[in-house]
Amino acid sequence: MIRTEGLTKVFTVGFRGRKVRALEGLTLEVKRGEIFGFLGPNGAGKTTTIKILTGLLYPTEGRAWIMGREIGDVSVKERMGFLPENPSFYEYLTGLEFLNFYGQLLKIPYDERLHRIGELFSLVGLEGAEELQLRRYSKGMIQRIGIAQALLNNPEVVILDEPMSGLDPLGRKEIRDLILRLRDEGKTVFFSTHILSDVEMICDRVAILVKGRLKAVGPLDELLGGYVKSIEVTVRDPGGVFEEVKDLAERVIRREDLLLISLKDEETVERVIEVVRERKGRIHSIVPQRLSLEEYFVKMQEEG
Amino acid sequence: MRELAIAFNTFRECIRDRILYNLLIFAILIIGLSGILSTLSIGEQVRIILNIGLAAIEIFGVMMAIFLGIGLVYKEIDRRTIYTILSKPIKRYQFLVGKFSGLLFTLLVNLIIMTAGLVGVVYLMGWHVNSTFFYCLWLIFMEFVLITSLALLFSCFSTPTLSAIFTLSFFVIGHLTEDIKFFGSRSENPFLQKASTILYYILPNLENFNIKALVIDTIVRGLYFEDVSAGVGLKLILFSTLYGLFYTAIIFLLAVIIFEKRDFK
Ligand SMILES: Nc1ncnc2c1ncn2[C@@H]1O[C@H](COP(=O)(O)OP(=O)(O)O)[C@@H](O)[C@H]1O
Ligand SMILES: [Mg+2]
Repeated sequence: MIRTEGLTKVFTVGFRGRKVRALEGLTLEVKRGEIFGFLGPNGAGKTTTIKILTGLLYPTEGRAWIMGREIGDVSVKERMGFLPENPSFYEYLTGLEFLNFYGQLLKIPYDERLHRIGELFSLVGLEGAEELQLRRYSKGMIQRIGIAQALLNNPEVVILDEPMSGLDPLGRKEIRDLILRLRDEGKTVFFSTHILSDVEMICDRVAILVKGRLKAVGPLDELLGGYVKSIEVTVRDPGGVFEEVKDLAERVIRREDLLLISLKDEETVERVIEVVRERKGRIHSIVPQRLSLEEYFVKMQEEG
Repeated sequence: MRELAIAFNTFRECIRDRILYNLLIFAILIIGLSGILSTLSIGEQVRIILNIGLAAIEIFGVMMAIFLGIGLVYKEIDRRTIYTILSKPIKRYQFLVGKFSGLLFTLLVNLIIMTAGLVGVVYLMGWHVNSTFFYCLWLIFMEFVLITSLALLFSCFSTPTLSAIFTLSFFVIGHLTEDIKFFGSRSENPFLQKASTILYYILPNLENFNIKALVIDTIVRGLYFEDVSAGVGLKLILFSTLYGLFYTAIIFLLAVIIFEKRDFK
């Protein structure tokens, strides 16, 4: 659905012409019907990528295709929707005037347009704000009408740049639900975020971008699963286990006869299990502690 | 017609802009004042009204063209409204066509309002205008078109302040090209001579759009255009119109080239 090949963007800044390499050879493929999370810390190059895909920036190198057509082909945009980062719209228009204007740009016939606009106002939860000028909209409302304009043409591909930013937890959840709903309608959703919890529940696959370079692509579990920070084992200790494991573990917390043991790898887990068996203790749980996305980013950045 | 949607929105944006109202109110005030002023003089009162009135229409119209034109594209980029507009199936040049024609339509409406004011004052003073009056207004509008294209061009890459300065200087110099050539030819300095000749040939001569004096004369003397400007008449209008469109096309093309190439960061 979306394919990029070696996308590179170099910005030239200031009078000296200093070069900033915002994106380095991004090659990526988003499949039809999937929710694809584009993850990366601030400044990773997510917005740059999205602006190239939507034709706002020209890539320094590389090419990209949406629905099989090279970007720059305007006809792609008839079946695509886009919400920019921190969107901002014509503040002198009312919500209704705004969507009507964009509906005209999409050449949606009058009756259908009005019907669709009505639907969208309720879909994004903006009923009653139709006649209000956009300058009176709150940030959350702007985000919502931004999503509405992206969905006007019932697009096959939806590209959202940080769609949850600036929203409260409830708003974030609503956007998550909306994205799931779009997938159920068979749309492909490509969205960027720097917050893990935004993608954890809903993404089929994610790509992780750090400093303009693609670090990993795949289902989130697989990506972070490879980076287990520690394994926490909870054990009931009838006596003697604590003394034997305390040197194997990174950390042991004892509360009455319960031990919470943090271990570095699976080998030591095996050793601990043996000890517990010998001492007739009971194992309550074994939980691998995955890296959080933030820790993952830091690790990636350390690795360069 | 996607351009039409953009044009209509531009018109809506302009008429919701306070700058436009201020300029329009000022223009109408001055036109009204010209009627009062004329009563203080003896003799050709209508000459005074038309002198002041047509000058006001031209100056205020040009100011509208400049002050609305310099924000035409700049504001869309600055306020990031361009991001979603260009994500709709519209080509960049179509966007420019829409913005341009939207402002031209705004200017046309304002020209009509100001003209109605002037015709009203002339009528109140017991005179009436003739057809040449409308030729004159047509050429004033051609000047608006040219100035608007220039403001639009600057608006594609420059800040409003700089664009205003550039466009305003262009307007002033455009009315002085004859003088520049004259002074250049009298200069001893060969560089100044060259420079003034080049300027003379590159810059449009905005005096080509100025037939005010001629027209006022016909009205005051109750004549028709063809009588006064024997052998020129409509040909002059046609020439000036083509002249204006030629420059406008070149400037607009430049704007399109710049706008097509640029990144929206
Ligand atoms: N217009 C610009 N000029 C220069 N550098 C830029 C520009 N836009 C973005 N950058 C740089 O490119 C990098 C990627 O930015 P961006 O794509 O906005 O990241 P993200 O959206 O992932 O936070 C950053 O280092 C940023 O400073
Ligand atoms: Mg960003």
